[in-house]
Amino acid sequence: MKFSELWLREWVNPALDTEGLEMQLSLAGLEVDGCEPAAGEFSGVVVGEILTAEPHPNADKLQVCQVSDGENEYSVVCGAPNARAGLKTAFARVGAVLPGDFKIKKAKLRQVESLGMLSSEKELGLSDNHEGIMELPEDATLGQDLRFYLNLNDTLFDVDLTPNRSDCLSIAGMAREVGVLNRVRVNQPIFKRVEATIEDQPEIILEAPQACPKYLGRIIKGVDIKAATPVWMKEKLRRSGIRSLDPVVDVTNYVMLELGQPMHAFDLSQIEGAIRVRKAEDQEKLVLLDGSELELTSDTLVIADQQKALALAGIMGGEHSGCNDATQDILLEVAFFDPLALAGKARNYGLHTDSSHRFERGVDFQVQERAMERATELLLEITGGQPGPVVEAVEPEFLPKRPDVILRKQRLEQLLAIRLPDTEVTDILTRLGLKVEDQGEAWRVQVPSYRFDISLEVDLIEEVARVYGYDNLPVKAPTAALFLQSKPEAEVSLRQLRSTLVARGYQEAVTYSFIDPKASQAFDPENTPLPLANPISAELSVMRTSLLPGLTKALAYNQKRQHPRVRLFESGLRFIQAAEGLRQEPMLAGLISGSRFPESWTNQDEPVDFYDIKGDVEALLELGGNTSSWKFSAAQHPALHPGQSAQILRLGDQGHWQPVGWVGALHPQLSKQMDLRGQAFVFEITLDSLQQGQVPGFTSLSRFPEMRRDLALLVNEQLAVGELLQEAENQGGEWLQKVTLFDVYQGKGVPEGKKSLAMGLTWQHPSRTLTDEEINAQVDQIVTAFSQGFGAELRS
Amino acid sequence: MDNDATLQSLVQQALEQLKKATDSQALDQLRVQYLGKKGELTSQLKSLGQLPAEERPKAGEKINQAKQQVQEAINQRKELLEAEAMNARLASEAVDVTLPGRSQPSGGLHPVTRTLERIEDFFSTIGFSVEEGPEVEDDYHNFEALNIPAHHPARAMHDTFYFDAHTLLRTHTSPVQVRTMENQQPPIRIICPGRVYRCDSDMTHSPMFHQVEGLLVDENISFADLKGILQQFLRAFFEQDLRVRFRPSYFPFTEPSIEVDVDRGDGRWLEVLGCGMVHPKVFEMSGIDPEKYTGFAFGMGVERLAMLRYGVDDLRLFFDNDVKFLGQLS
Repeated sequence: MKFSELWLREWVNPALDTEGLEMQLSLAGLEVDGCEPAAGEFSGVVVGEILTAEPHPNADKLQVCQVSDGENEYSVVCGAPNARAGLKTAFARVGAVLPGDFKIKKAKLRQVESLGMLSSEKELGLSDNHEGIMELPEDATLGQDLRFYLNLNDTLFDVDLTPNRSDCLSIAGMAREVGVLNRVRVNQPIFKRVEATIEDQPEIILEAPQACPKYLGRIIKGVDIKAATPVWMKEKLRRSGIRSLDPVVDVTNYVMLELGQPMHAFDLSQIEGAIRVRKAEDQEKLVLLDGSELELTSDTLVIADQQKALALAGIMGGEHSGCNDATQDILLEVAFFDPLALAGKARNYGLHTDSSHRFERGVDFQVQERAMERATELLLEITGGQPGPVVEAVEPEFLPKRPDVILRKQRLEQLLAIRLPDTEVTDILTRLGLKVEDQGEAWRVQVPSYRFDISLEVDLIEEVARVYGYDNLPVKAPTAALFLQSKPEAEVSLRQLRSTLVARGYQEAVTYSFIDPKASQAFDPENTPLPLANPISAELSVMRTSLLPGLTKALAYNQKRQHPRVRLFESGLRFIQAAEGLRQEPMLAGLISGSRFPESWTNQDEPVDFYDIKGDVEALLELGGNTSSWKFSAAQHPALHPGQSAQILRLGDQGHWQPVGWVGALHPQLSKQMDLRGQAFVFEITLDSLQQGQVPGFTSLSRFPEMRRDLALLVNEQLAVGELLQEAENQGGEWLQKVTLFDVYQGKGVPEGKKSLAMGLTWQHPSRTLTDEEINAQVDQIVTAFSQGFGAELRS
Repeated sequence: MDNDATLQSLVQQALEQLKKATDSQALDQLRVQYLGKKGELTSQLKSLGQLPAEERPKAGEKINQAKQQVQEAINQRKELLEAEAMNARLASEAVDVTLPGRSQPSGGLHPVTRTLERIEDFFSTIGFSVEEGPEVEDDYHNFEALNIPAHHPARAMHDTFYFDAHTLLRTHTSPVQVRTMENQQPPIRIICPGRVYRCDSDMTHSPMFHQVEGLLVDENISFADLKGILQQFLRAFFEQDLRVRFRPSYFPFTEPSIEVDVDRGDGRWLEVLGCGMVHPKVFEMSGIDPEKYTGFAFGMGVERLAMLRYGVDDLRLFFDNDVKFLGQLS
């Protein structure tokens, strides 16, 4: 809601300056988005009249005008197309200063002297209109200072009203609010009833009384639509952000701003028969005032005559029945449309108008008579004409109900933690226009027709609190019963996982949950991603089924910005469409690329490899303390290098290995598609599996010596060594403590197709020293198993 | 030469030789030479037999004194040599301590997480627990149950991403409140952090951002409690005794509704969060008796708080994942 401060002060004039008023409105919940002067800063500009306008001798587009300021005549060169003899306009004489400290001096334009400048609205900071110089009314007083003539020492308030406060979408409503806040009287303009001078009256049929329970119509004949809208009205409209069009439209807009009641004027000659307020027929066509053609749906309310739809009720008039230059007789419409009937309708047609904005939020259903009389009065003053009687069609049972609301004194006190004096509460509510009856323990409150937001006790409490001032209400620390929150010790927290990765050099990333469907297809062709119906762009149009596309995109972004060393992780949901429905599953994913360590004097510049990221994953698994319930097994993933990828499995409750994630090198083909440099390694694991750890348990420490044997083995180079290590643990007997792989070697001294392994095995008995014979027997058992099961031979 | 003189000269000779010894091996040789079983001083004891019995103790004592003197000198020399050796070793082992250390440098948390963790910590100290909910939500929990029926003008304040007529990306974390209240009777003290989505993207809007929602429901919770907690929180968050202002606003799920502004000392009011007393209709829809219980809810934009706290001037930086940006704020 944009309005002129001076206009508001005509209604209510508290002892507050502009800044004070701004602050007060904001603190009452009517947030002032901005305040700006009604015009730019200028001086020395007066009302001037062009006496003659002759073509410039040396320029096609310029004219030389003789301009009068009522005392003297000046020769002024002007380029505006509308400069013409007889026009009164804004005349900046020599010595004037225009916005931007632009001083008007005597000048020569193409050898012709110019003593001043004729100005447009834009040049004076009034509007963006720069089509020509200002056109002032013929009765403007020559020589009068323009600031004085237009009353420009004014401030424009822009108040961002919340949807519940439709009662403030007018000067009258704003004035009421300011009156309450300052406890001062509001000057209501005198309400005049205009007597009919003709008998013409429209027939009105309410065919959809639920949506439109009240409709007033009045015929006015013989209006002069070419009459000029008075400058005071034009200025008020301009200061509310509305352009002046013709006096009929201007008056309807003016009344809307003043009283909050949207209106419409039809060209009477275009109406055939009775006015029908009805639901549209399916696919009925209507061309709107703005020239757009709509195909209507049957839930849309229209104003129609016997033949056709005339207007989109409460939203916008139709082109065909609208007023134009030739209009002489009009039908004025003032209606009440139910907010629910209009809710969302304008939006469905891609429209949003001052009218729909108000009706959707609720227009006072008792202001129509007043608005009709006010509009008639103003129109007759400007355009003349003969008014007919007001015809009112109303279905009272469909008008909004305003049941009384009970406000318990004890509840008010409880919720606000303060006991306000009864007189204070009744004063606040009464000034807001509510009728209050003190019933002892409670007040019975009657809610006025313009308040659509008060139907519950708590709504009244809010009003009292708001006007009293939120900042004036007490502050305290809440008290509550103390309950200790239990926390399962076995659970690994996301925080622990995050800090482990951070300690290992990872930066946390946050990537969008919606991604490019092409990336989704490339990374996870098996899952069909959930598409958005209204994505912001094609690149962000499906929900991710993996966190890897986002992290890889972030890698590409960083490589383009000369950050080749990247270590990123992210936690968040993936969205999998499964048979049982959409699964929103929390995941933890990471990506590394570039050198293992930052460039340094201590390190060689080696790129990261599979075992770097696997080590990071293992560090995460170790947090749960149950490493034996995890394993990695070579497997194929469409986004990963077939020779460098492993599925991560976790031992489930039933003793089955459940796949819970992946680790591996990004497939080189994919890297190429994404323009990546170097290799990237990724992992992605379900968060749930990582969070299930175990509570540590104690086994007593042995005081007897450890015995160690080292084995050197030759195995097939294809052998998965992990299985060999597992076999060692299986065969090593109950006193085997540790199996350590301390060397893997291929090359000189090792036959082609083989690799050499070195393994350390450690035994310890809890209550005695083991004998060499015992250890040797275990070693033999392991070596035999290695040889038989894996073809491993001992190196001599 | 009498015995005394011999003793004297032996001691002198030993001391002279000691001065020339430069390692422990040389010291050991000298010890054997003078103090060993057949050492020169030791063998003096053998000559005691030639003395008259009454002189023997005195002469013996002198010899022992001489031996002791030499032993002490050896010890001293040894200590000196060891100290010198240690000094030489230390000198040779000195490193340039100003060279950078050998390590994997730490990474860091995203500023959003960092901010969220701080917020969670503040509230967990007063008994709030963290609750999470789905991001793909249904219309009921995102809107209806929060007193925002279809076509409510407040829906225009939420540019919603839809999947179909009933399924959407949550536009706020408030649905988690509803889900919690559906499953739990008061007292309820929760905060709900998470991603939220609005179909809007420009300099100051991101289609995805983060919110933290808070909810406290109990008997006798008042507006004063709401003011108290949020004032404390904002002062703790900014670590500053800043001015806090409570301004009426409108959210369909709270009544009264409030926006909170802070002034961090420069006289400018900055909006930081929205809050209010839970609307009785929201309680009713979630199965909580609004006569018995009252409560408040608050919601804040995490990126906004992070921007204010760390001075970040462009929202989009939070989602570019530029490692330089992430490194700065971790």
